[in-house]
Amino acid sequence: MNTDPVVTHPQLQLITLDVNGEQHEVVTEPRRTLVDVLRHDLRLTGTHVGCEHGICGACTVLVDERPVRACLMFAAQAEGARIRTVESLSDDGGGGGGGAGGGELNDLQRAFSEHHALQCGFCTPGFLMLAEGFLAERPEATKEEIREVVASNLCRCTGYQTIVEAIDACATARRGACANPCDSSAGKEH
Amino acid sequence: MTELPMRERELLVGRSVARREDPRLLSGRGRFVDDIALPGMLHAQFVRSTVAHAELASVDVSAVREVPGVVAVFTAEDLELGDIVAQLGRPLSEFVPTAMPVLARDKVRYVGEPIAIVVARDAYAAEDGLEAAKVSYATLPPVVSEEAALADGAPLVHAEAAHNTLVDVSLFATDGIDQVFESAPCVVAVDATTGRQNALPLETRGAVAHWDDREEQLVLHTCTQIPHQVRTVTSRSLRLDERAVRVVVPDMGGGFGQKCVVGREEIAAAAAALRLRRPVKWIEDRKDALSASFLAREQHYRARAAFDAEGRILALDTDVVCDMGAYSCYPFSAGIEPLMASAEMPGVYKLPAYRVRGRAVTTNKAPTAPYRGVSRPQYVMVMERLFERAARELALDPVEIRRRNVITDFPYTGVNNITYDPGSYLESLNLCELLVREEGWYEKQAAAAAEGRHLGIGYSCFSERTGYGSAAFAQRKMKVVPGFDISEVRMDTSGAVSFTTGTMNHGQSHETTMAQIVADELGLDIAKVRLHQGDTDRITYGFGTFASRSITIGGSAVRLAAAKLGEKLCAIAAARWGITPDEVELGEGAARRRAAPDTPDIPNAPDLLTYEEIADIAYLQAHLLPKDIEPGLSATATFDVFNDGTFSNATHACVVELHAGTGQVEILRYVCVEDCGVAINPQVVEGQCRGGIAQGIAGALFEQVTYDAQGEPSATGFMDYKVPTAHEIPDVLIHHLETPCAFTETGAKGAGEGGTIGAPAAVLNAVNDALRPTGVELDHTPITPETVHRALNSTRNSALNRELSS
Repeated sequence: MNTDPVVTHPQLQLITLDVNGEQHEVVTEPRRTLVDVLRHDLRLTGTHVGCEHGICGACTVLVDERPVRACLMFAAQAEGARIRTVESLSDDGGGGGGGAGGGELNDLQRAFSEHHALQCGFCTPGFLMLAEGFLAERPEATKEEIREVVASNLCRCTGYQTIVEAIDACATARRGACANPCDSSAGKEH
Repeated sequence: MTELPMRERELLVGRSVARREDPRLLSGRGRFVDDIALPGMLHAQFVRSTVAHAELASVDVSAVREVPGVVAVFTAEDLELGDIVAQLGRPLSEFVPTAMPVLARDKVRYVGEPIAIVVARDAYAAEDGLEAAKVSYATLPPVVSEEAALADGAPLVHAEAAHNTLVDVSLFATDGIDQVFESAPCVVAVDATTGRQNALPLETRGAVAHWDDREEQLVLHTCTQIPHQVRTVTSRSLRLDERAVRVVVPDMGGGFGQKCVVGREEIAAAAAALRLRRPVKWIEDRKDALSASFLAREQHYRARAAFDAEGRILALDTDVVCDMGAYSCYPFSAGIEPLMASAEMPGVYKLPAYRVRGRAVTTNKAPTAPYRGVSRPQYVMVMERLFERAARELALDPVEIRRRNVITDFPYTGVNNITYDPGSYLESLNLCELLVREEGWYEKQAAAAAEGRHLGIGYSCFSERTGYGSAAFAQRKMKVVPGFDISEVRMDTSGAVSFTTGTMNHGQSHETTMAQIVADELGLDIAKVRLHQGDTDRITYGFGTFASRSITIGGSAVRLAAAKLGEKLCAIAAARWGITPDEVELGEGAARRRAAPDTPDIPNAPDLLTYEEIADIAYLQAHLLPKDIEPGLSATATFDVFNDGTFSNATHACVVELHAGTGQVEILRYVCVEDCGVAINPQVVEGQCRGGIAQGIAGALFEQVTYDAQGEPSATGFMDYKVPTAHEIPDVLIHHLETPCAFTETGAKGAGEGGTIGAPAAVLNAVNDALRPTGVELDHTPITPETVHRALNSTRNSALNRELSS
């Protein structure tokens, strides 16, 4: 039987990561990427690895609310930042996902489903986090701007059209909700 | 659209029912192969060949074992695995079988070929281990093109395959065809080539293998489109009984054909798990996926067509050579591309005379697998180029020449001995042109020309065989003849239904579309219906998902099995009521008596028995069943297509603008009129079309794996392999026509591949239309900016020449 990596590996460090509002202590090699720590050490497997060189965007997560390629960042570099993964979008948050159905999907996730903006679903978490970060920054984004941003990630199934339409519909609905007297419940959707 | 009667409108089939797989995939709860983690799991990576063609002089992996974290390393010698051999039942003059060892022995035949498997405590340590392997090669001259492979005295990739030819078939040769060419008023030719592509599922290949002591089974989790065939090959290679291998497929991040062949790495990972008695995971990285995984599409057509003065095609003569790379893939073999092209090239056109030779050559490049559309994107492109060229020669409108040639009377038996089931070939062409006209693209083209801009409009017409039953595949003489599918539908005591399919979803929405079929058949809420797929222990047998066979064949088996279960529900209810089963009807989760109750023998019997109540009788109160009805509620059915298959069809139109300064091809509009018979879920069909068109555009304009003279692949990352983004893929207008299929249980024909088949021809024709003033015609994909730039410069040169000479 193989020996425990904690004992054998000379270069390990203890880091603390703030993921979806929870603090996690991880013993890891300095070279370990953020996406590998999220997926394999914290078991938040919603974030996917598509290329490991920062092009496909399947590993996109939010770091301090901005979309980041988690395959291009070492986990150690994310210490002190607030990290959000796809598991944070549904209302049960934190990737608990207990029960058969899991949590309620948020408005962006629902828009993806309504517009058939996913097929195999592998790239989907990356697109969701990309859109979540982008719309928070530019809630007034036009469809053309959304298409520009969608072009940062790769999808092999959909031909992109429905992804653009889903994000645009979500942005429009959010603006509509805000155009009404901005009550607390409308704000909460965001 | 006409108003449907009330009863039909309640049906789920035909409606864009929301996808049932979405909530888990959207919330990160999907489970893909790399998401599987087992206690004590180790991680594998492969030592791969760095040269294209060599004798393996020595493989020294002793230093690998010393690398921290490495647990084991195995070479071919250590594992003694059986080879993977794909077979066709053809004479040696037509097909030469070759063996693909799981790990290279003695010889390597492409850059990236696996030589040894390194197993370590994590993937990082496994990669560290790779660097310590010492492989020495006695290099041989590499064969890196189809021309080089066929040249006299070419080095042989496989000693047994003379002239590097694995397949050489001449399936059709109409008598008197040469005389037709000699006397025809118009003969046109194309010399067309298509680039080597990667099907490129976003999820790379991968596997997690472990030995289950309790079940005495090797459990192989892997992302494959063909779980049962992977089981067969794995068990044979490992010399285990087939029941001692269980293949389980979790969620799959695309496949597009690349995952419908048996790979070597998953078998090596399984062998390592068996040796070590510990779970072993292998996840392919993108570099390997791009360079060393299965590729596709590299073909060369030399085609001639004869036409009469009115533009009717008289004869077609084609020689197609497919560069299959280093190995014949299992189960399809190197025959997959040349046989598909040879059998189906006439496509949607009435062709009186046909001659074809199809060859597969082997080269020192990564081996090929089927890829969405298989040969049809290429031969459709060639056919459509021939028609465009004839239209130019005869001064005919490009749409009009197609109109004069498409098959209009069904069923139609072609010169290729295929009988086509009814389709909307002419209707889709007419409607597609109308949609383009209505949007004013011809006016826009004229206006652009006046401004010196280069707008082009291109079309393509095609059909795609979807319902490949056993009969159609048997004609290929494959040793593994796919075709039928089996489904089991089972109701539990709560009245809920589980059902199986031997097909394998990897994005096509099976969990939804197949559940729509079952829910309709049984008159049951779709929430009560659940599909199981991708587990060889749970599913009797299956051929998986390829060739758009899932809904046509798998969906038909599902419907038949559900109908059988429905019969049993009726029989039990009828027995309770003392009436005949045909007096019972099913719907809304219950059996009902058609007529008013009149059953003196069971005085207290209700008018209605819910499925839960029937299930209660079938399982828990079986003493109430008459003797001729067995306890339990399950039914199994098989389905096959016994004729030449079913044919979806479509016409695509593409509008492009060429940018003179950069040579960039910008797609301004894309229109698709498609007919896949009954659309089970129109939104899903549209998704398949759009995604397929994006992949077709990718092949037309962007993606290509090239090799240098030493056989080193050019594209090992996404900086080199240009996958189109939302910038490059336009919005697509889709219009559905519906010619229901008589040969399937659902009337559906399949929609998975059409988009990819139609797009390259439409794009290429549009580019050529835009280049018309230059006199340049392109017959190669991908169309690079350099080519377009050069062609447009030739405009200026010829314009300048005209000016100077006038």
